[in-house]
Amino acid sequence: MAKEKRLLEVKNLVLYFRTTKGIVQAVDKVDLDLGYNDAIVIIGESGCGKTSMARAILRLLPRNVHTYSGQVLLGETDVMKLGEEDFRQNIRWVRISMVPQAAMNALNPVLRVGDQVAEPAIIHSGMSRKEALEQALKMFRMVGVPEDFATRYAFELSGGMRQRVAIAMALVTAPELVILDEPTSALDVLTQANIMNMLKQIKWNLGVSYILITHDISTSSELADRVAVMYAGQIVEVGDAFRFFASPLHPYSKKLMDSVPRLRADMEPDFITGQPPSLISPPTGCRFAERCPSRFERCDADPPMVVQDGRQVKCWLYV
Amino acid sequence: MATEERTQIAPAVVEARNEPVLSIRDLHVWFELRRWGFLLAGHVRAVDGVSFDLAEGEAIAIVGESGCGKTTLMRTILGLVRPTRGQVIFAGRNVGEMGMDGLRWYRSHVGYVQQDPYGALPPFLSVRRILEEPLIINRIGNHGERERRIRKVLEEVKMAPVEDFLPKFPHMLSGGQQQRVVIARAMVLEPKILVADEPVSMLDASVRVEILKLLEGLRRTHNLAVIYITHDLSTVRYFSDRIFVMYAAKIVERAPVEILLKRHRHPYTYALLEATPDPDAHNATVLKEVPPGEPPSLVKPPPGCRFHPRCVHKIAGLCDVEEPPYFEPEPEHLVACWLCR
Repeated sequence: MAKEKRLLEVKNLVLYFRTTKGIVQAVDKVDLDLGYNDAIVIIGESGCGKTSMARAILRLLPRNVHTYSGQVLLGETDVMKLGEEDFRQNIRWVRISMVPQAAMNALNPVLRVGDQVAEPAIIHSGMSRKEALEQALKMFRMVGVPEDFATRYAFELSGGMRQRVAIAMALVTAPELVILDEPTSALDVLTQANIMNMLKQIKWNLGVSYILITHDISTSSELADRVAVMYAGQIVEVGDAFRFFASPLHPYSKKLMDSVPRLRADMEPDFITGQPPSLISPPTGCRFAERCPSRFERCDADPPMVVQDGRQVKCWLYV
Repeated sequence: MATEERTQIAPAVVEARNEPVLSIRDLHVWFELRRWGFLLAGHVRAVDGVSFDLAEGEAIAIVGESGCGKTTLMRTILGLVRPTRGQVIFAGRNVGEMGMDGLRWYRSHVGYVQQDPYGALPPFLSVRRILEEPLIINRIGNHGERERRIRKVLEEVKMAPVEDFLPKFPHMLSGGQQQRVVIARAMVLEPKILVADEPVSMLDASVRVEILKLLEGLRRTHNLAVIYITHDLSTVRYFSDRIFVMYAAKIVERAPVEILLKRHRHPYTYALLEATPDPDAHNATVLKEVPPGEPPSLVKPPPGCRFHPRCVHKIAGLCDVEEPPYFEPEPEHLVACWLCR
């Protein structure tokens, strides 16, 4: 895996926030890599730091950042070393774009959706307004929005259509990497299936890579080449999707998979007892230990990331 | 109107099990559409001829996409919307004809669990006050009696130790705990029916099952009838007895869970099931089969079967002309589709 050329390599990424209650360790020493035309899904409970991690990659950070360090290599460039202006002009929305959470409800209500999709192309790709509008129409065809919708306003579209518009906005500058944060969580099953079909086709045809962030494990399998499981600010398991969905390694991943209600298998879902630890003062050892059914003495120390069966897992059981 | 007569006949066959706690009879809820404030421009037919019986202690799931009328159906059952035609019958009384006092009495027997727990809880009231409110409104007990019931219901929704939670405000609780408070509020009057509108869609996967199991436990201990409104077939599968599939204001198929999952007959049910993923890496390698188009307008629904414009099995000259009646391919299984004739 490591020999292949990687599109994105995140090394030792740390993102802490300052709050009135203390320092929140939202992302704690995370490593992640992604190939070309590859899709990794990041699954975990809310508050586990998955959105913070995506925002850290795109440098869309709030003001109360305490620590922000590590390496983010995009191809050959370490984008963490770039100045803010350089990053804005050459990276954000040019090489990496994002469909933020609830993007469909964040469209500008007073702009026609066609103009909205064209805007990143004008600003980032330096197109003229006319070219950008043409490009926007091309995107509309690709994401399955009828072209005459371009002159409509966001409130005139259904939720599914608005979500497609938000995706078109992320694709219009032809980025290499698109970060999708819960792209289908507020949508109906049929709309969800339609959007997933569309995202798959775009990946197959255009060769983009995706980072998909979701807590919906069933839907995540629609797009996943690889799966990363995040728990309490750390990645606890990364591996090939086929192997992961067939037999997850980390006790947390197993519990998470058991909690998924299945339609086609007769398996009554179970829940995980307890709550994730506070990220202000997380346990020094394994962060899942308190809820873990296979806990033993070694779990009081921080487990290393070990390679097992071609997958990485952060658990003492596999050392 | 031949079809409507049949819809009324069929439930009698299906629901002879035990005394229904709630009966819905040929329910129509239409909303008027006006132009310039006075010209009647038509009706939105949000619920168009729904009939069913809910037995004591039974859990049913109403499944459908947004805009199919399931929320209006729920609001009518809760007595928040008056039906245009048809009846909601509880304990022999028609809810649509009740006055304020009648509705207060009725609502004390029907608990409501909202979709978004944070939005459903008043932010400036403590958990104790939130749970006391329904008791005060219904003039139940004195202060000591109310306190006893509040503690009991909090224990039932497994919020222990009760002492810790009573003085808390909603924003101090996690999403799962907030939903427990919403359930406790719905349960504090000891209702006979619980209506749950997407009770877990805003929650994390791991908490979802916990909340659904809690509802299941309450149903068993209190012999509670539960109506789940949802668009997710995979979550209701383990927590309901019967599934009703709703499309464009009508129930198109209904059956006990196992029959619906294994021997569903309606093309729309098939589409919903196909679109619902299981966690399987194979999903990423294939495209899903999704019917084209979007659900129809409820102002001018298509003639005949309302699903026919999107249906791959459409029989020309029949499906687009005459509305399908309910067919009963096997006991307790009703399908409104000409393919079953």
